[in-house]
Amino acid sequence: MSETTPNVAGPPPLLELKGVSKNFGAVQALLKVDFQVRVGEVMALVGDNGAGKSTLIKGVAGIYTFNEGEIYFDSRRVAINGPRDSAALGIEVVYQDLALADNLDVVANMFLGRERIEKLWRLDEVSMEQACVETLDSLSVTTLRSVRRAVAGLSGGQRQAIAVAKAVMWNSRLVILDEPTAALGVAQTRQVLDLVKRLAERGLAVVLISHNLHDVFEVADCITVLRLGQKVAEFVARQTTQQEIVHAITAGQVQHVPGMEVAS
Amino acid sequence: MSTVKDSVSTPENALLAGQATPSLGEYMRTYLVRVRSGDIGSLPIILGLIVIAVIFQSLNENFLSARNFVNLIVQMAGITTIAIGVVYVLLLGEIDLSIGYVSAVSAVIMTLLLREPGGWPWYLAIGVALLAAAGIGLVQGLIVTNFQLPSFVVTLAGLLVWSGAVLILIGGGGTVIIQDKVVIGIANYFLPSVWGWGVAVVAVAWFALSQAMQVHSRRQRGVSTRPLSIVTFQIIGVAILIIGVVYVANQDRGVPFVGIILLIFLAWFTFLATRTKFARYVYGVGGNKEAARRAGIAVERIRVEVFMISSIMAGMGGIVLGSRLRSVDTAAGGGNLLLNSIAAAVIGGTSLFGGSGRVASAFLGALVIATVENGMGLLGLSAGVKFVITGLVLLVAVLVDAISRRGRAQSGIG
Repeated sequence: MSETTPNVAGPPPLLELKGVSKNFGAVQALLKVDFQVRVGEVMALVGDNGAGKSTLIKGVAGIYTFNEGEIYFDSRRVAINGPRDSAALGIEVVYQDLALADNLDVVANMFLGRERIEKLWRLDEVSMEQACVETLDSLSVTTLRSVRRAVAGLSGGQRQAIAVAKAVMWNSRLVILDEPTAALGVAQTRQVLDLVKRLAERGLAVVLISHNLHDVFEVADCITVLRLGQKVAEFVARQTTQQEIVHAITAGQVQHVPGMEVAS
Repeated sequence: MSTVKDSVSTPENALLAGQATPSLGEYMRTYLVRVRSGDIGSLPIILGLIVIAVIFQSLNENFLSARNFVNLIVQMAGITTIAIGVVYVLLLGEIDLSIGYVSAVSAVIMTLLLREPGGWPWYLAIGVALLAAAGIGLVQGLIVTNFQLPSFVVTLAGLLVWSGAVLILIGGGGTVIIQDKVVIGIANYFLPSVWGWGVAVVAVAWFALSQAMQVHSRRQRGVSTRPLSIVTFQIIGVAILIIGVVYVANQDRGVPFVGIILLIFLAWFTFLATRTKFARYVYGVGGNKEAARRAGIAVERIRVEVFMISSIMAGMGGIVLGSRLRSVDTAAGGGNLLLNSIAAAVIGGTSLFGGSGRVASAFLGALVIATVENGMGLLGLSAGVKFVITGLVLLVAVLVDAISRRGRAQSGIG
């Protein structure tokens, strides 16, 4: 299995990871992984359970800090030590569990951690509500009856839409979607995939994590395959096949054997 | 609908149309749907209070007298103050078992500082007492967050430590008398009737003004708001309530000064728990700690701050209780003060699991507990019977909450 390096002519990567590693005690979750994504490009991140996909995006999101490796954003070396750092760079993550607080309403969830304040320390509810409605409107989310309803009462599709809207509302430059279609029906999956394409067309860099290769081939420009915490291959989507990807996911050759630091 | 800017209420867009101001009929219909599906808010507790009042009045005609009403306000003041802090802690899904004895520590420190000769002025004594309470909250909060320990265990240790501290501080005497007039006045001063009416006017005007300004600002900027008729009803309702309280109190000794303090607490802590960034963070952490953390909220800092609020309110409550008794003794903070304070917040409708509750629930719950105790006191029932009845009231309140929650879950209101 040879590593295919995509020779896509285009801008330099918006986000580039060089040789990042992360271990939890004795468990090596990521080992010397390189990863990159460009503006206007959908980069799919695939791999079996436990391959390190979630660890990788949590490192980028500032939930974890990598043990080693370098992060470049806009060709500048950056340090991401917390969620605020990644948010400041314009990185937004939509997690698989959506990270919504059920007891808060839609507006409160979309602005959680970034509330607008008016005089006397008061929350500027009106302007937040307006911005929230505008964003949902621009994403054609019309099934919601009120943005003042608690999120607990919303359907899976609505919750996903809220989570995506939350991510794009912040003039973000890189949106990471973790299994956005996993819990959705056919029609809702369609909508979310359209949304993913629209994000890239808007000039955002998009990272899509998915188990569903059909979804991946539909929207992705490039595909990075992780296996056992290591990157085993990177493909250009239209130059490869599902079979090749499946082979890389299940039998891609790992380059480093933990504990035996011999480069192959 | 017609009062909202047209650009916002275009009927083609379902989401935006939902933002328009509903008519009175629509609003009431939505409310009834919510009530029927179990989202009943304070309704059961108000019905419960009416039932309790009818029962006690039929058993003892002094229950609804002006004199007893004024007594009731003074009796509920301590628990209410402490329960406000409990509401904040419960909103996070935490618990603070140390509040009973923290209240006593505060009261003892204040009393000792006031003691003649060479006593401190009242404001310094109260200030130091509250600082001590804040420090206790800080320490307990830091232990809970830094070592990721359950707040139950840390504050249980606090309960033991501070109960010991009370005994050590009071020493051999057993009782310390409070002689400072201002401190005694907190729970024993009653406003002259003119002042009572003055406070009523200010409170009603302030409430009306804040409501009107809120509705006005929302309308002007074209987002949905409550119908004007509902807002008017609410203002009239609050006005009748406040005027009624002042009128009845003036038939006896007048409005207790501590009642004004409670009103200020209610206004300030409701503001803090609804309109500020801090409020959003507290509810966010209580609802989904992980989501809050990922949103960049300093979760541990919020938790420490809430434990400090809890301790400070306990300290305030202790001072109110000390003022009422005009002394502090070795039994201060003990008995069922802790459990009554937590029960008050829960009876008022604050969830033990975090993320749901209101400051007003501390008031309603404390009112229920004080009413039951007061009524049974009038009937001359034994302490045993009192405990049994109070316990049953708590149980009924939690059951009503659980049943209404099931209704909410089924109807998807959440």
